Amino acid sequence: MAIKQRSKSLKSRSHNLSDTMIQLKVLNGKEVVDARFPNFKEKTTENGGGVLKPKPIEIFQVNIGKLCNQSCAHCHVDAGPDRKEEQMSREHLERCLEIIKAVDSIHSVDITGGAPEMNEHFRWFVEECTKLGKKVMDRCNLTIIMANPKYSDLPAFFAKHKVHVISSLPYFNRSKTDRQRGDGVFEDSIKALKLLNEVGYGKPDTGLILDLVYNPEGAYLPDAQSNLETLFKRELKRKYEIDFNNLYTITNMPISRFLDWLLETGNYEAYMQKLVDAYNPETLQGLMCRNTISVSWDGYLYDCDFNQMLDLKVAVPTSRHINDFDIDALTDRDIVLNQHCYGCTAGAGSSCGGEIE
Amino acid sequence: MSDNNTYFNPADLKKFGNITEFQETMGKKFFDWYGEVFKEGALTQREKALIALAVAHTVQCPYCIDAYSSTCLEKGADEEMMMEAVHVAAAIKGGATLVNSVQMMNHVKKLSM
Repeated sequence: MAIKQRSKSLKSRSHNLSDTMIQLKVLNGKEVVDARFPNFKEKTTENGGGVLKPKPIEIFQVNIGKLCNQSCAHCHVDAGPDRKEEQMSREHLERCLEIIKAVDSIHSVDITGGAPEMNEHFRWFVEECTKLGKKVMDRCNLTIIMANPKYSDLPAFFAKHKVHVISSLPYFNRSKTDRQRGDGVFEDSIKALKLLNEVGYGKPDTGLILDLVYNPEGAYLPDAQSNLETLFKRELKRKYEIDFNNLYTITNMPISRFLDWLLETGNYEAYMQKLVDAYNPETLQGLMCRNTISVSWDGYLYDCDFNQMLDLKVAVPTSRHINDFDIDALTDRDIVLNQHCYGCTAGAGSSCGGEIE
Repeated sequence: MSDNNTYFNPADLKKFGNITEFQETMGKKFFDWYGEVFKEGALTQREKALIALAVAHTVQCPYCIDAYSSTCLEKGADEEMMMEAVHVAAAIKGGATLVNSVQMMNHVKKLSM
């Protein structure tokens, strides 16, 4: 079934929020609204966190392109079918492989997008990463498997390379899923999950891991991961005979298209206040920016995927691009913080791996 | 003083904890008990939130309706579950009215030839 998009990228609409400087001004109370919230950096200092320093890089997260067959209402990447230009080149991917090979502490390569499978070098890159003995994670939107016959063998490809598949599914019903991700997404997602199950994903003793990602369909925080995982497992099994391994709960970050939605619907101030009120210093130790490096399609380096989307590059002037990758300088860096970081420290915390343990 | 011109000001919900200002001992006991009630138990927190939402409608408390609409969403309930919960409350409230008509019928039959 063809997906009917419910939203378009900020870029295609020439929206002022497609300028990341405007987003940062909003978050810092200088633009669009008067809302001001406690400074996140000062908050971490109050709680003894102070300057956040990284641990050894364990996860090499690479956004290989903003092109996507979906255009979700909350997308922090502002990805969509119109983002055809921003695709990582073979040359940059080769440079990524050199880094992945050279840095012993990197055990996993987290491939994201857009729909990463739409990058013409995706399969080659996965194969090369697995040859290096690294664990490969693919942030798969599920519907790409159904989008075109050329992608229909993805489940078999994933299984062959034991790719850890991490897929968004905001809810186990059509209305909530399609409102967030586009009409027809739920139906195709269920079909894709069944295909993944058929090749062994989510099944016991196969070693093929299928994790789902839940993020709220609106201006509220996710419940405890274990509670929602139990609910999702029960309902997906009962209604569709679908199995999966783990559910990650991720808090919606007040940036990009979700920020636009918050502002348009008058939810921005209350949502930010909710994040601030739920600030939990216990999450600081486990934040994903501590053990991850995030690489953009054009090779720039960031502390996390969210900083990447706000164009907040690593605070290492001599090593801001994969061509200048300096592991010693990066290991000694201060992590770049801003107001959106409240999204990762609210409640039980939030990361690309879900709740912070 | 609130600058809101209506009796119900959603921002007042955040001040609920301040009721201990006028009676600390009872207020504190209430909040301790309230916290205990909504912990996961024989009923899940989601089930308790749905019950609370239904009761909020029957007692027509706008603060509670706002609060438990949010809580239900956070706990993973969807709109269908939430509306069904409100229908359960409405059915009981409607039924409670109608079942009393038996008393009316009894009385009418007693008085009538």
